[in-house]
Amino acid sequence: MNRSQHFQDRFTQRHRKDRLFKSLTKVAMSIGFIALAILLTGILIEGLPWLSWDFLDRYPSRTPSKAGFKAAFWGSLWVIGLTTLMTVPIGVAGAVYLEEYSAKGRFAKFIELLISNLAGVPSILYGMLGLIAFVRMFQPTTDPTTFLGIQVPFGRSVLAGTCTLSLLVLPVLTIASREALKAVPDSLRLAAFGLGATRWQCVRHHVLPSAAPGILTGVVLSISRALGETAPLVMMGALTYVAFTPSTVYDPFTAMPIQIFNWASRPQPEFQSVAAAGIIVLLAVLLGMNAVVVLLRNRAERSKAA
Amino acid sequence: MKNPVIPRTVLEARNLSIHYGDSAAVSGVSLKIPEREVLAIIGPSGCGKSTLLRSFNRMNDFIDSCRFEGELLFEGVNIYGPNIDPVELRQRIGMVFQRPNPFPKSIRANITWAPRMAGYLGDYDELVERTLREAALWDESKDKLDKSALSLSGGQQQRLCIARSLAMSPEVLLMDEPCSALDPIATGKIEELIRGLREQYTVVIVTHNLQQAGRISDRTAFMYQGDLIEIDQTDRLFTQPAKKKTEDYITGRFG
Repeated sequence: MNRSQHFQDRFTQRHRKDRLFKSLTKVAMSIGFIALAILLTGILIEGLPWLSWDFLDRYPSRTPSKAGFKAAFWGSLWVIGLTTLMTVPIGVAGAVYLEEYSAKGRFAKFIELLISNLAGVPSILYGMLGLIAFVRMFQPTTDPTTFLGIQVPFGRSVLAGTCTLSLLVLPVLTIASREALKAVPDSLRLAAFGLGATRWQCVRHHVLPSAAPGILTGVVLSISRALGETAPLVMMGALTYVAFTPSTVYDPFTAMPIQIFNWASRPQPEFQSVAAAGIIVLLAVLLGMNAVVVLLRNRAERSKAA
Repeated sequence: MKNPVIPRTVLEARNLSIHYGDSAAVSGVSLKIPEREVLAIIGPSGCGKSTLLRSFNRMNDFIDSCRFEGELLFEGVNIYGPNIDPVELRQRIGMVFQRPNPFPKSIRANITWAPRMAGYLGDYDELVERTLREAALWDESKDKLDKSALSLSGGQQQRLCIARSLAMSPEVLLMDEPCSALDPIATGKIEELIRGLREQYTVVIVTHNLQQAGRISDRTAFMYQGDLIEIDQTDRLFTQPAKKKTEDYITGRFG
């Protein structure tokens, strides 16, 4: 058979296109990488000289050389820690309900649409919601009274900040968890049901462990998002100048991005460098938390393969 | 096969119809399956044999669009009636699927999981050994019970899935083309295993492989486009089929 009768020989063109596309994808990757590298270098050069353990142990000050990050650092850890505790169970359980239990009808589609939309709502709106619903609880003042052992309204407290950020990241976590659950092959569920397992036994022992790596990726994304959010916290009235660390969930607080914003908006050039030092700490915390989750994820993946 | 006494009926379908949305997958099937019989269901793709099989332990419940008419009796009780717990039903009627689907856990855990969930009171080590022996997998796996089930070959995985089902001491074992993803050697081992299972269990097996149906089953049912065309002793169905469609199918004229 004469092959050229049946195939157009365009090897040169086909390979050229292949190489072209490879270069394009490389350029796309480089843009992101270079931008990040420039940003990081700038911040490291500016902030590193101001960074010390002392920086983490001082409260803010009017003098740049005495300014510290302690209140913001601990404020952020409180809020993020509590947000994680609040969102992970609720987000994952909600996703399990939608994916495993609820009938896949129009109502489920509608809920899905709502959640996707919520994930796209500007964060400042969550700040307004937090202010009205948690800080003030629909009352004109924030004078606290005790109700069932809980202090209400929450006021400008760690608890109000946690609730606000939780609402903000719940849709993100729910969507990511649902995707992870969707990726679990049905053959695994059928195997469990075929042996006479209940839905919960199947989910608890087979579906959730298989979905764990994907769910943990969602957790990384949502915690990172919560850690970096400034607008909703400012909107709900987190303080900008704080000379103490929270000791209960009802204490007022500030957070790292707020403190950084505060420093960066000051006229003295030294404060820009202090802000850079703050950014380095924020990034380090972010990396540290992500590292922990990645370790957990690798462990989940290994136990899946074993 | 000779049956000295009239055997007890374990499963009975009475005018059973199953629809997916608007299309009928099974229409008006009636049959009786006696105790300790191996029944093979054959027929071309899409004839409703897998749907029929899955209805025996209510695995169709997971398909939202699936509708069900008629009666299906297990030990004389309608399994689609009220007061029937599908979880209990599936413990008594086990299932082996087309593709081996072991849990991504150790070989031992694959077998012990379901009994543990169901509160098995016996000795778990004994259970693992007994079921692996029944599934002819013990010699190959006894030294690596704590290794991942995914490290087994496809045929071994399928035998593990059979062992896993046997661990629940089912009264009936449903098999949905259990050898279609396996090579001839693995298939041979599974067929031998099924012949041995007849001593204790009632087996219903769906297969595309006519020779396989001939080798392992006591009776064979032929289905075509949702109808049960013919059901008879396997040797008779393959040598003197009563219906023209059956003859056309087993002689390879269509399907």
